Amino acid sequence: MPTLDPLRLTAREAKRLLVEGEISAAELAKVYLDQIAAVEAAVHAFILVTADNAAKYSTKVDREMQATRGPLAGLPIAIKDNMVTEGVTTTCASKILSNYMPVYTATAVRRVWEDHVVMLGKTNLDEFAMGSSTENSSYQTTRNPWDLATVPGGSSGGSAAAVAAGEALWALGSDTGGSIRQPAALCGVVGMKPTYGAVSRYGLVAFASSLDQIGPLTRSVYDCALLLQHIVGQDPKDSTSVALPESIALPQGERLDGLRVGIPGEYLAAGIEPGVRARFDETVARIEELGGRCTEVSLPHTEYALPAYYIIAPAEASANLARFDGVRYGYRCADPVDLLDMYERTRGEGFGPEVKRRIMIGTYALSAGYYDAYYGRAQRVRTLVRRDFEQAFADVDLIASPTTPTVAFKAGSRTADPLSMYMCDICTIPVNLAGLPAISIPCGLSDGLPVGFQLIGPAFSENRILRAAHALEGAIGFAPAPTFRDSAAGVANDAGWSPQPGGLCAQALREGAS
Amino acid sequence: MSGWEPVVGLEMHVELDTQTKMFCTCAVTKGDEPNVHTCPVCLAHPGALPVVNRRAVEYATRIALALNCTVQPRNIFHRKNYFYPDLPKAYQISQYDEPLAVSGWFDYWVDGEKLRCRINRVHMEEDAAKLIHAGGDTGRIAGSDYSMVDFNRGGTPLIEIVSEPDIPSPEAAREFLQQLRNLVVELGVSECNMEEGQIRWDANLSVRPEGSAELGTRTELKNMNSFRYLQQALEAEIPRQIGILEAGGTIDLETLHFNPDTGTTTPLRSKEEAHDYRYFPEPDLVPLVIDPAWVEDLRTTQPELPEARVARFVEQYGLSRADALLLGGSHALAEFYEEVVAAGAGAKPAANWTMGEYLAHLNAAGLEAGHGHVTAERLAKLVKLVADGTVSTSSGKEVFAKMIEERAEPEDVVEKHGLCQISDTSELEATVAQVVAANAAQAEQYRAGKRQVLGFFVGQVMKSTGGRANPGLVNELLRKALEG
Repeated sequence: MPTLDPLRLTAREAKRLLVEGEISAAELAKVYLDQIAAVEAAVHAFILVTADNAAKYSTKVDREMQATRGPLAGLPIAIKDNMVTEGVTTTCASKILSNYMPVYTATAVRRVWEDHVVMLGKTNLDEFAMGSSTENSSYQTTRNPWDLATVPGGSSGGSAAAVAAGEALWALGSDTGGSIRQPAALCGVVGMKPTYGAVSRYGLVAFASSLDQIGPLTRSVYDCALLLQHIVGQDPKDSTSVALPESIALPQGERLDGLRVGIPGEYLAAGIEPGVRARFDETVARIEELGGRCTEVSLPHTEYALPAYYIIAPAEASANLARFDGVRYGYRCADPVDLLDMYERTRGEGFGPEVKRRIMIGTYALSAGYYDAYYGRAQRVRTLVRRDFEQAFADVDLIASPTTPTVAFKAGSRTADPLSMYMCDICTIPVNLAGLPAISIPCGLSDGLPVGFQLIGPAFSENRILRAAHALEGAIGFAPAPTFRDSAAGVANDAGWSPQPGGLCAQALREGAS
Repeated sequence: MSGWEPVVGLEMHVELDTQTKMFCTCAVTKGDEPNVHTCPVCLAHPGALPVVNRRAVEYATRIALALNCTVQPRNIFHRKNYFYPDLPKAYQISQYDEPLAVSGWFDYWVDGEKLRCRINRVHMEEDAAKLIHAGGDTGRIAGSDYSMVDFNRGGTPLIEIVSEPDIPSPEAAREFLQQLRNLVVELGVSECNMEEGQIRWDANLSVRPEGSAELGTRTELKNMNSFRYLQQALEAEIPRQIGILEAGGTIDLETLHFNPDTGTTTPLRSKEEAHDYRYFPEPDLVPLVIDPAWVEDLRTTQPELPEARVARFVEQYGLSRADALLLGGSHALAEFYEEVVAAGAGAKPAANWTMGEYLAHLNAAGLEAGHGHVTAERLAKLVKLVADGTVSTSSGKEVFAKMIEERAEPEDVVEKHGLCQISDTSELEATVAQVVAANAAQAEQYRAGKRQVLGFFVGQVMKSTGGRANPGLVNELLRKALEG
């Protein structure tokens, strides 16, 4: 069996090894379970590791499914814990769903299950996907494998950190205002938000229904396309899902000849850190080297996107989260004296502060007398933001920007100031408002931390984005792996854990396989 | 109390008889074990999403068309937010400012006079689950020991019909509602079973000085689960409002609960403290785009509605407007009548027998039209027996009664009880001769020119034949005998 480094192994390579019989699904699963055993105590990427399931199911794939193997058979995956999984608890990182056992499985998850992926576990997130650092989890704070003193971003911080830390081959996340792309950027992995409607939301616990979209977090653009291929498609259970006009192709090619890429001045004016700006400018130069042509474009309503988002998303959330009332499932307060007491204490005790803040903002924004001034106006801004993109895409094929204004920040440094936290998503939020597809790929390091490069395309231009990102990825040649250092502690250490990335797990695997 | 006029508007909810619920594939049924027809969608499990039931849209559109509404080519669903255990999502998916259909009207009849009520809107939504409060005496949540929720009903397609305040009296309100219910039943979209709450309604009532064009402040009346209670509640509320206004007071915009035991209305909650439902467009559903061609298809396949049928009965069967209204107003009776005619009975006698003996039988037995103890075929046979002179009209009524009593064919009843009409000239001649002989004085009067005495003789002959004599023949024979 070849030596496998989970920090570098791609799904494409793992699939080849499986298909060619160089490795078994059980051995592959063990690579990741061992890496989880080695680094999870420091990273805290998972709310639940389904180790038994992964071991048994991968064995089953090896033994029983030789003839009927699905296209993703044996490839281990982590699932963000806001997608329901029948028989496996789904918590949304909230106390209010601490004991919730789903009775059905989300369509996107079911699709990859049916392709025989091996589920490793459910990953941490900001409670109900509300946050940009995964610090709003009721259970644990996930750390960035590049520097354990920093956050992995969020809300899909668990999925991004798991992939970065080699605890999963790839993962599913969800993106409402940047929740895939921002943590992908901060953790140095690839993350894609598909066009709104491309992936069924059925079984994705709703945060903001008109913005939420499931997507892949992977180690390469090719892997991203491979996973996306298997989750897209119209779902009769989701009225907002649509069939893609063309199927997702696996990207190839190294050139960008003739590709017109727009650079929105408004995004670069938004307080981009110098190190991030430098990597961005270098990447723009690479586009030109590959034959692409970069021009400036204007998205004039960008400055209104963030405030509009923080009306629309909380408004939808205030209704979406109303079902958690203690009546049918989930957490219920002890000894309620009457119905109102049960509602108030169940929700008061069950939700964390950021969720409560957004429920209150949303409830207020929808109240009689305020609706037009807030929700109505935010929807009009949304239309303007969408039009900005339409006009820009009349002249360019793709739009490029930094994914986030900064690299990963220190844990705790923004929790006291929600607005500074909200600013993390300034470059990603307009994309959700417009329902467009966008990818974040690593484009280098700044101060030893990854920088993300975002490519945005018109609706249903996933293949165009993936082709360009793939070519660019090759040119960038981003190779470093996270070091698991802890800049706060001086040495990488968390609760007695010693970092031994890469080498350890390969060792462990050899031991286990001998 | 004179000098004031009431103004009533009605808001009705109708559960549709679709096979599945409004937004999921759970069966719509009645009387099953609690909570067997549930799924992640109608239990509002995390991540579940609604999908619109196409048949429900069709049924709702049929109602909208029957109410002469404009079906909007694009309409959207809204979320209506409030917390209650019977509403699992804590919002009801309903329609708000872009409903399925708007601006229609409904013509209904009160005492032979046609009234028109404008229809504001017809919209689609989902029903709440059913709460059962255990313990306590009232069956209400206050004072109960605990409450149970049956989600079988939760998510049943529900149509809301809102009228304009065009209804001029409590009686008209009752007629409006009854006739609207008939219409919905006729469409085949709901049985409107009242006991099962398939049709429910609230009323808005205000009073104003007679002839005024302005509307006064209204109150909303709830808990009127029979047509009679609706009328009673309005009749109780009108003098209450007038009393307040005449005493110089003002009406509070409030919701009143009708108590059928006392016949009075009491405040439930005032509108000021009512919920703020925070309506906003349902992001889980795309706007419903309705193809005008599909609407036209529905329009051409609408069943015949009472209004059109009444007109047809006048035209086709030569019935009076009043008779056509009585027979054509409800589906079941109309269907029965047309079956009688189709079985060979003449249209007019069939109408008389259906409205007369048959309806009296239904009322006496408390049965619905079509479910009486006389089939249309048997009634048609009886009508024919009378028409061809086999049975006299008066004997016919006896035959009808015995058909029910013995569940028998009319000809068997006639045979068994000897109710055949006497049309035999020689048999009747003898009776006539006897009657004339026995009443010589009256015979004299007749011959002296007092022709109306003939009726007396006819009566006597009928009496002695047990009503079986053929009246035409009796007249003829009597004239011959008397004029000799």
